[in-house]
Amino acid sequence: MNRLKLATVWLGGCSGCHMSLLDLDEWLIDLAAHVELVYSPIADQKTFPEGVDLTLVEGAIANDEHLELIQDVRERSRMVVALGDCAVTGNVTALRNPLGEARSILQQVYIEHGDPRGVLPSTPGIVPILLDQVIPIHMIIPVDLFLAGCPPSGPRIRAVLEALLAGTPPELAGGFG
Amino acid sequence: MAARTLTINGTLISARSNETVLEAAREAGISIPTLCHLDGLSEVGACRLCLVEIAGSPKLQPACHTTVTEGMEVQTDTPRLKAHRRAIVELLFAERNHICAVCVASGHCELQQLAVEVGMSHVRYEYLSPDCSVDISHARFGIDHNRCVLCTRCVRACDEVEGVHTWDIAGRGTNARLITDLNVPWGEATSCTSCGKCLLACPTGAIFSRGSTVAELERDASRIATIVAARNERW
Repeated sequence: MNRLKLATVWLGGCSGCHMSLLDLDEWLIDLAAHVELVYSPIADQKTFPEGVDLTLVEGAIANDEHLELIQDVRERSRMVVALGDCAVTGNVTALRNPLGEARSILQQVYIEHGDPRGVLPSTPGIVPILLDQVIPIHMIIPVDLFLAGCPPSGPRIRAVLEALLAGTPPELAGGFG
Repeated sequence: MAARTLTINGTLISARSNETVLEAAREAGISIPTLCHLDGLSEVGACRLCLVEIAGSPKLQPACHTTVTEGMEVQTDTPRLKAHRRAIVELLFAERNHICAVCVASGHCELQQLAVEVGMSHVRYEYLSPDCSVDISHARFGIDHNRCVLCTRCVRACDEVEGVHTWDIAGRGTNARLITDLNVPWGEATSCTSCGKCLLACPTGAIFSRGSTVAELERDASRIATIVAARNERW
């Protein structure tokens, strides 16, 4: 039997959604029998591969690297799931949005509130450049499924994965926060 | 009081002649989502979540503000109404900064619950992300404008139940903001009796008791109706 190619992606988020996934404990061993983890922050794979069946995306689009990666994710995945509130709404990652553009945020954080007074980070090609506004992933690419929650609990992630593996419509009970 | 006979979603029900469609529906066990309605307060029909279809009327009508009539045929749950309700809740989320994960009212919030009820999987509109203030000048309470949905339940509770009218709304459209007295910080609003009825009435985490942190704010908004009933019926 061909195992389903699963990817998980970590964009602008705290990794809590991935922690919630890991919270599935021994069920992960059952899951491993059905899926092949082809890309993930917990797998040693540098580029997003072709021909992925299912990708879980944690986090919002907050910098230019996210913006680039999410395009690859969409092009190379059959199904994309927005995993957790940051991916779905922007959530805590988007708390900076009312404070203005990226330069003004950096100015406030590194210069005005820096102790000792710092400098604006500038490391072209190394640290990704912040976007002016943090945006949910569905504003950039079409998303097939939204699983809200901060984080979505392990059992809710499991219920969705089980349904998708069985080819039935997943139950998305539960809400934001 | 004369009785009226009407149908809601095809079910024949009877109601008193002065009842609203919302009251008649609830007595018949039919749930209609609401946000600006609070038992014990006057109706303003502001949130439009309780819009229903009435046969013969091309316009949707707010159930909270529409009196029953004889032979009225009401629909409360059509695909058209569901689509409007979901859009309304999405627009509320898009208009201010509702970050459930870090909100005092998370888990006890009517807006958060409404999002689940209307099936809001995500917000299709662009977030406005307005720069909103938080006023903690009052000794016991705070107001976080990021979470306010302008339902005016606090305004009405303060005016109609406490009899004070410390709260009101200034500005229009997306610039509308709750104000205390003549737009002074809440702590300097001399009319405020610190009774806390606005806190009870607030459906979200906009008005909170100082010191409460994420998901700690539990309130019982039905206490407003209890106070009103106790007065009217001279308990």
